[in-house]
Amino acid sequence: MSDTKGARLVLDASDITRALTRISYEIIERSKGASDIVLLGIPTRGAYLAQRLAQSLEKIQNQTIVVGTLDITLFRDDLRRQPIRPLMRTDIPDGSIENALVILVDDVFFSGRTIRAALDALNEFGRPRAVQLAVLIDRGHRELPIRADYVGKNLPTSLDEKVIVHLSEVDDEDSVYIGSVS
Amino acid sequence: MKHLLSSEDLNRDEIITILDTAARMKDLAGAKKLPTLRGFTIVNLFFEDSTRTRISFEAASKRLSADVINFSAKGSSVSKGESLKDTALTLQAMGADAIVIRHPASGSAYRLANAGWISGSVINAGDGTHQHPTQSLLDAFTIRNHFGLVGNDLSGRHIAIVGDILHSRVARSNIFLLSTLGAKVSVVAPPTLLPIGIENWPCEVSYDLDSVLPQVDAVMMLRIQTERMSDSFFPSELEYSKRYGLDAKRFAQLPGHAIVMHPGPMNRGLEISATVADCERSVIVEQVANGVLIRMAVLFHILAGESL
Amino acid sequence: MILNNVNILGEHNADIEIDEGVIVNIAAAGSLQSEIDCQGLTLLPGLVDLHTHMREPGFEESETVASASRAGARGGFTALHAMPNTSPVGDTAGVVEQVFHLGQAAGLCDVFPIGAVTKNLEGKQLAELGAMAESEARVRIFSDDGKCVSDPLLMRRALEYVKAFGGVIAQHAQDPLLTVGSQMNESELSSRLGLKGWPAVAEEAIIARDVLLAQHVKGKLHICHVSTRGSVEIIQRAKENGINVTAEVTPHHLLLTEDLVENYDPIFKVNPPLRSRDDVLALREGVQNGVIDIIATDHAPHPLESKDCEWEVAAFGMLGLETALSVAYTALVKDGSMSIGQLADVLSTRPAAIGQIAQHGRPITVGEPANFVLFDTSRSYRVDKYDSFSKSTNNPYDTMTLHGKVVMTMLRGNITYRDVEAKL
Repeated sequence: MSDTKGARLVLDASDITRALTRISYEIIERSKGASDIVLLGIPTRGAYLAQRLAQSLEKIQNQTIVVGTLDITLFRDDLRRQPIRPLMRTDIPDGSIENALVILVDDVFFSGRTIRAALDALNEFGRPRAVQLAVLIDRGHRELPIRADYVGKNLPTSLDEKVIVHLSEVDDEDSVYIGSVS
Repeated sequence: MKHLLSSEDLNRDEIITILDTAARMKDLAGAKKLPTLRGFTIVNLFFEDSTRTRISFEAASKRLSADVINFSAKGSSVSKGESLKDTALTLQAMGADAIVIRHPASGSAYRLANAGWISGSVINAGDGTHQHPTQSLLDAFTIRNHFGLVGNDLSGRHIAIVGDILHSRVARSNIFLLSTLGAKVSVVAPPTLLPIGIENWPCEVSYDLDSVLPQVDAVMMLRIQTERMSDSFFPSELEYSKRYGLDAKRFAQLPGHAIVMHPGPMNRGLEISATVADCERSVIVEQVANGVLIRMAVLFHILAGESL
Repeated sequence: MILNNVNILGEHNADIEIDEGVIVNIAAAGSLQSEIDCQGLTLLPGLVDLHTHMREPGFEESETVASASRAGARGGFTALHAMPNTSPVGDTAGVVEQVFHLGQAAGLCDVFPIGAVTKNLEGKQLAELGAMAESEARVRIFSDDGKCVSDPLLMRRALEYVKAFGGVIAQHAQDPLLTVGSQMNESELSSRLGLKGWPAVAEEAIIARDVLLAQHVKGKLHICHVSTRGSVEIIQRAKENGINVTAEVTPHHLLLTEDLVENYDPIFKVNPPLRSRDDVLALREGVQNGVIDIIATDHAPHPLESKDCEWEVAAFGMLGLETALSVAYTALVKDGSMSIGQLADVLSTRPAAIGQIAQHGRPITVGEPANFVLFDTSRSYRVDKYDSFSKSTNNPYDTMTLHGKVVMTMLRGNITYRDVEAKL
């Protein structure tokens, strides 16, 4: 794929599947049964990961998992400094987050500003009993005191590198690469 | 996009981006407030009475957490235009980021944006008989929600605009915007209420409402001002209503899927009968709700978004 | 005073000697004693404007007779005609004499007041036309300009009455009932911009009626600021039928079109409005073939607040005195359609004839009064509205480049204007 020219592969498809499976079991363990969980994926790829986690959890627990998406663009604090991505769908089933355990799902965890915006957004929709965070990749360089509860892989990076996540729902394959910013 | 002055200034992609943003704003209807425009000051500068549009802009601004200042001035006795320039200079001193202006003089939004009085953004909420771009955006949004999908234009749709085209800024904005989106636009009015040169505009012209109705997906009725009668634009309200009003009989000629629209306020019984206005295929109330979403999208793109 | 090496009317070079305000000698170029070197400059008879709004008495914040005279001199004019839509209106001998005296006091241009046709410009009753004709101001031209004499009976009476003293009625052709609230030319552009149109037919219908009235009573008619092709055609047919009608066009109607209104900048708001490209071409042809007799500025100063506002509340009118010759040159002579000699005709000789003013528009020969303008056809300049001898700045040519520049103006041998940059 063209955007991975010169980049090195750090996770392949089976690595990703294993990571998601492990996260599923961790979720079940820590939530003591996953009965009031709501998975909210942050578009684009966080939404697909949330779908995959939901399917994985449903297979293990044999019960339906509530899943939705939350686009946080309008809640960002740095709108004027970044080029605007097109707005994505937000779909939060009615009443679902009141007193629920909301698990935010995203592909790459970096400065933490996305998650902070997501926490602000959740505040406007209701009051979960708790909020947790599941990420496929944690690449460090936090700018806010936010941490992830479930991490697929810790990938230390330098600031002049970028992490490229591909998911088959929207790209040709499942993979994670590290490339240089240039 | 620094200003929104006319629907003629928007190309197809820009219009679709605004409509899509409004759709995303609709997704977020469950959120009590969005912090997106926190810290921005938006002034509603209304020189004409218009509770409906002003409240719509106010609601849109507040949903995005902006600070709103309302300035109402009955403009009918504006002498030498001092009001507009001096008002603009005052608002500039107060630090308005955006001014939403409704004014009885055509071109006043353009003047406000370009005369060098202010440095903020200008959104035209209706200038004389010239343009009312947010109305046409919300009309397009309403039609699209009924027939299209997010990301689409209005290709293949046929929309009729009926009434006093000559004096209507809503008609002008819609003719250009809907045709930019690929719709076929038909305009129906008595010859006296059609502007000179309309044969060069992107729409078809007809004097006969009955022949147009069976072909359309949406019919937009415009308010007729009874004052026009004294200027001999038409002989009487009765004759106007008989020839150009949307009553139950004409409503039955519409295709089954067609919707009825009206920018408001309505003259029930004149250009539209009460039963038609309240029937289930009338989307007049929806237009109002969509107005807030569209205005949120416009404010977002003008103040916080990157240029379209 | 001696002007050396001056080009007379674009024809031949000569030296001209002036004494006591009169031409005393015209000799071969360079043959007389060297005094003012006018190499490269063209000499025309001093321009005569038949249509100037001097705003005094009553609107002195926009202009006065003195400031209009200064602006006129700068534009190459030696005679101006003051329109009577002042406050009080110029409808009595008293007011027109006051304006006449103000012009004399300023001393830069000969100011000839135009008298109102109707009392207070109300269009109901004839003003004291005879008294004004007998006054010191010796009024010969009468006009309600700004308003149309729309009552056909009144127009007939006026045309008849002034025959007694060789007067002429100058009509502002605009049917008031067809132009209520009109803002700009009625066209597709006016529809798009949402501005009420001023249809050409409102001008043409009045002209058609008035030429027939003039024919019927054998009176003298003058049409102010003709602006449409249709009007030119009607005037042409009238002249072919021997009707005594003369017509004027403004410099702005020879150069500017309605497209300029697109930005809603009221600097382009004028009555009659700027029209289409086709109208401009018809007007230029009309000047070239003589259907339109003269160019007259319709110089209309307005204070800033009347133009720095929304279109609909702005006043109608543009400045014209200081740029008239350059605009006319740019529109008519630069591309070769007319000669500079023909331009002198339409800006000096014929206006003087219509106004019946003896000392102006005269041939450049020994014995004639030294009323001249020196014009540099080789210079172009960028117009700056703030560089204005007029008290107002509503100059539509601001930031445009015009060809040709007035360099010196002389009234009876006295220099009334000198361009310092020209270093004469």
